[in-house]
Amino acid sequence: MGSVGHVTPQSMHFSEPLVLASGARLPEYTLVYETYGGLNAARDNAVLVCHALNASHHVAGTYEDDPKNVGWWDNLVGPGKPLDTDHFFVIGVNNPGSCFGSTGPASINPATGRRWGADFPVVTVEDWVDAQARLLDALGIEQLAAAIGGSLGGMQALSWTMRYPRRVRHSIAIATTPNLSAQNIAFNEVARRAIVTDPEFHDGHYYEHGTLPRRGLRVARMIGHITYLSDDVMAEKFGRQLRNAELAYSTQAIDFQIESYLRYQGEKFSEYFDANAYLLITRTLDYFDPARPHGGDLTRAFEAAAGNRFLIVSFTTDWRFSPERGREIVKALVDNRIDVSYAEIDAPHGHDAFLLDDPRYHGLLRAYFDRIVRDGPVAGSAGEGSLAVGQTEVS
Amino acid sequence: MSERRDMERIAELVPAGSRVLDLGCGTGALLALLRDTRRCTGYGVEIDDGKVLECIKRGVNVLQRNLDEGLALFDDGSFDVVLQLDTLQNLRNTEQMLRETARVGRIGIVSFPNFAHWPNRLSVLRGRMPVTKTLPYQWYDTPNIRVGTFADFEVLARQCGLRVLESFGLSEGEVVRRWPNLLASTAVFKFDRG
Repeated sequence: MGSVGHVTPQSMHFSEPLVLASGARLPEYTLVYETYGGLNAARDNAVLVCHALNASHHVAGTYEDDPKNVGWWDNLVGPGKPLDTDHFFVIGVNNPGSCFGSTGPASINPATGRRWGADFPVVTVEDWVDAQARLLDALGIEQLAAAIGGSLGGMQALSWTMRYPRRVRHSIAIATTPNLSAQNIAFNEVARRAIVTDPEFHDGHYYEHGTLPRRGLRVARMIGHITYLSDDVMAEKFGRQLRNAELAYSTQAIDFQIESYLRYQGEKFSEYFDANAYLLITRTLDYFDPARPHGGDLTRAFEAAAGNRFLIVSFTTDWRFSPERGREIVKALVDNRIDVSYAEIDAPHGHDAFLLDDPRYHGLLRAYFDRIVRDGPVAGSAGEGSLAVGQTEVS
Repeated sequence: MSERRDMERIAELVPAGSRVLDLGCGTGALLALLRDTRRCTGYGVEIDDGKVLECIKRGVNVLQRNLDEGLALFDDGSFDVVLQLDTLQNLRNTEQMLRETARVGRIGIVSFPNFAHWPNRLSVLRGRMPVTKTLPYQWYDTPNIRVGTFADFEVLARQCGLRVLESFGLSEGEVVRRWPNLLASTAVFKFDRG
């Protein structure tokens, strides 16, 4: 098993506006992306890797000038790895609204000549999928072999089958949910309030003030991070371990190792992530609810995906998007008689497990991708042409 | 191999083109056989990680679930055939499961080790629990928490309001229709809701 080696991000500019779910338009935008492996002659071996809240287009490999910057899913993607770049043409794309080079709140708003800041329009999972479809158009890819993602990335992988069912054969959705629970939204709201109430936030136009709401972003990340880990893994990693031999008898000092860990995570995150992007993407999560246009009926939402095949994976200790939520997706697919396999991996790591290389989990993905290679594009599973079912407006 | 022949005998009970749910589907061998030879579609349910992986390798739809947690994933009458092969004896809620099988499928097919097979009777007569090819476990490590006989199932089926459409025994891959309660190591029943 090898690495894809040094990679170079590319970018594509789109001057056609992107019409968003809100009705707003992104007048023009740039998408930054990376690709690994080769597109075959039939152009039917592409796999889109969708990123979650804080990740980017940098899925695998390293950069020549930054060899320590390893892609966020490098343990999955590469030659001989479960998502084998000897067979697949793998695409990672940074979604608009994020902060790794694609158009986002830190970009210039062409209407004002100033940075978008808090005025950047709210983008949804569906908007992202539309933008990704534009990129595929530009790359000359009619149909994906698969769309794959974990957490928010899994939502995109699911959305592909509802929005462009004929442009994707397989959807692999991991550690994800058909919508956020009240508790999930509550955590996001606390994170947003931490950012928005930071005195350096300046109503989201902190770029112009030459400041960053770092404190708020740190707290937001600390809250998020708690939800990514299981109680067990926290107990095992940190327990009640103290940093020093004795208690400090201080409310401000760091006594417990878990405090130190969370502060470190918050600190690190605030160095590279944009606060406006964090606000936006937590909203993207909150708004994802494909059943909503169907009166809350998820089964009807998946009617469009009749020709697609699915692999749904949950982790037993994931309390953020628990196996119960994964099974809601499975039930809706089964109700539609859609091909689906579902695995519930008994891993201790909580939500973060989708990024780790548990052998059962990776073995399963390897087997599923091997099967995609062997089965090839099955006639009738998805037609030719690029009909966008469920797309209300094509511009 | 008698296991393979057993499987083929059971596959013959499944109408071609059926929508099938295989509860406790193992490595997905039967589902693959039904798909390849009888154009059947559907899902398997399996709890074991290794077996789930085998199903994925075969390209069989598999849902990882503990059957003791019920069949809430499946709507009433959503399958033509529900198979429950060599599983019933491992479940805590055997009767409930049988009713659930009848709820989600138009036809149910079950198989289980027949405890009244004559070598088992002989063993018990000698004062020891049987250890055979069909019941290969010691009494203290067996996953078979229910032991029943061909004749017992007929009673349970009646109690659950099920109509037996076909029943026979299997031994070494051969169908046993004469005195199955005595002569067959495995009992097979095909039933509907009557």
